[in-house]
Amino acid sequence: MADLVSHPDEVKVVSKRFGQGAADIDRYLALDGYKAVQKALGMTPDAIIGEIKTSGLRGRGGAGFPTGMKWSFVPKDSAKAKYILCNGDESEPGTCKDRLILEHDPHSVIEGVMIAGLAVNAESGYIYIRGEYRYLTIIMQKAIRDAYAKGFLGKNIFGSAKTFNVYWHGGAGAYEVGEESALMESLEGKRGVPRIKPPFPAVVGLWGSPTVINNVETLSSAPHILLDGAQKFADYGTPKNGGVRLFCLSGHVNTPGVYELPLGYSLKKMIYDVGGGIPGGKKLKAIVPGGSSTPVLTADEIDIAMDFDGVAKAGSMLGSGGVVVIDDSTCMVRFAQYIMKFYQHESCGWCIPCREGTDWLKKTLDRFHAGGGVRKDIDNIQYLSENMLGRTFCPLGDAAAMPTISIVKKFRKEFEDHLEGKPCPYDPVGTTRQLLPVLSD
Amino acid sequence: MKFSAEFEQRFTEMLTHYPSKRSVLVPTLLYAQDEVGYLSDEAITEIAQRLELKELDVRNVISYYSMLTTKPRGKYNVQICTNIACILRGADNLYQHCQKTLGIRHKQTTPDGQFSLEEVECIGACSWAPAMQVNYDFHENLTAEKIDTILDRYKKA
Repeated sequence: MADLVSHPDEVKVVSKRFGQGAADIDRYLALDGYKAVQKALGMTPDAIIGEIKTSGLRGRGGAGFPTGMKWSFVPKDSAKAKYILCNGDESEPGTCKDRLILEHDPHSVIEGVMIAGLAVNAESGYIYIRGEYRYLTIIMQKAIRDAYAKGFLGKNIFGSAKTFNVYWHGGAGAYEVGEESALMESLEGKRGVPRIKPPFPAVVGLWGSPTVINNVETLSSAPHILLDGAQKFADYGTPKNGGVRLFCLSGHVNTPGVYELPLGYSLKKMIYDVGGGIPGGKKLKAIVPGGSSTPVLTADEIDIAMDFDGVAKAGSMLGSGGVVVIDDSTCMVRFAQYIMKFYQHESCGWCIPCREGTDWLKKTLDRFHAGGGVRKDIDNIQYLSENMLGRTFCPLGDAAAMPTISIVKKFRKEFEDHLEGKPCPYDPVGTTRQLLPVLSD
Repeated sequence: MKFSAEFEQRFTEMLTHYPSKRSVLVPTLLYAQDEVGYLSDEAITEIAQRLELKELDVRNVISYYSMLTTKPRGKYNVQICTNIACILRGADNLYQHCQKTLGIRHKQTTPDGQFSLEEVECIGACSWAPAMQVNYDFHENLTAEKIDTILDRYKKA
């Protein structure tokens, strides 16, 4: 489906089976498939967790939480059933990597779920795939069926005394369900409204039982870590930021695509070398470094290492690996407007700061960009955003606020250029959006 | 209310996957919608009964998920992504182009029932933007000409 790309600087770990027909179980086996889980069967849970900790693997969904530590939080003495939940609700704008893993290497996800299961003594795992990815659900259903047929899943896996079941689950369109507690609600057949934390899922998760929730890419990394060596994986990256990750380059670059690069790779090189630079002789204006919820960086802030700590030091987040490049012909007010349109649409309405905040901000930004802005609005946009931070059950409020605050702070002049009914300097005939009649649901 | 044999088989199998019946609700609603075209009153009643839920609970869940609809749609639902990665590569113009070509707007259906149009949020095709889905099929790296060809193909299908 989606085109594959390649660049000499890539270190292919998770993506090494892409384009090789590994969705077929026999092909996957020929490419060292299901060897890691057999190795894990001979290890103690603590030893598996120890390997993941050594690898430095941090969550690839966005938060970057150390995976080994997450697994170690599951209480060992719990009498309840334990669950592994693979988060394939990929919907952070700018992110399109889990899609490739599920399409090209679905068995690596199953294997990762099994390894996580062995690490925490769970016997069931669920792979949640967003509803829009129907073709991937079909691929995953077949992969699971094939794994059962070979005796890799079910009772006595690989001739051991262990039982492990993996099930697929499909969503029906909701960004918020990508948040772990909302994901559990959705899997339990409810609205994806977030739960208050603590208790954390590792203690009280699916159906009240201890649950490990990891992103597709995180789980798909686990077999490679066990098989190739944790230290080797750690060494690809930088200290405390082990490994490689899939970066999704999009926006104004000549060669967009999903590239697997070592953590700590230079953002500048990523844009100009891997991404082939900005098309049409235009200049760089801004970068979204890790999906739409992360604060934007300016063209002067690209001499940074793309790992969790490097991007944090620059005041943003590595997030989900969605790198969106923005050229100098783009209106940042309009960009902020589109980001807020998204969060207003996706806010579930459970927490008032997010429900009201995103709606006010969207209306203000719409009016502002259309030429109806007053000076006070600029500070108000920032004030409203800041008042959403940390005041909601789930991070959706933060996700809407963080990029908006950064745009107001870093591109304040562009807001001022829209004041007093002045037409958008980047789109003097009026924005395409405002030319459209008001649409309603 | 009768669903296809494939639906029934999947439904029966899915019930064995979870410790609670209710867990099958979200995927089941989507598969039911795929068969009926939308979530009709009849389909909602049937699913609520099977899962021992109140109809209100089922409707409450339906209203949360953006893919689920209680209104009939065209045979082909054209969903244009207008999120950031697609917008930067011209999705706004493509969305307008579709409105003109099909003569309909957001969540409307052509009089012949062939096409519906929808402006959707990120569909996970950012590196191949601009992109759209027609029902479940992805179409990527779009231009206005490409969209015309694609829509023509569906028209003739």
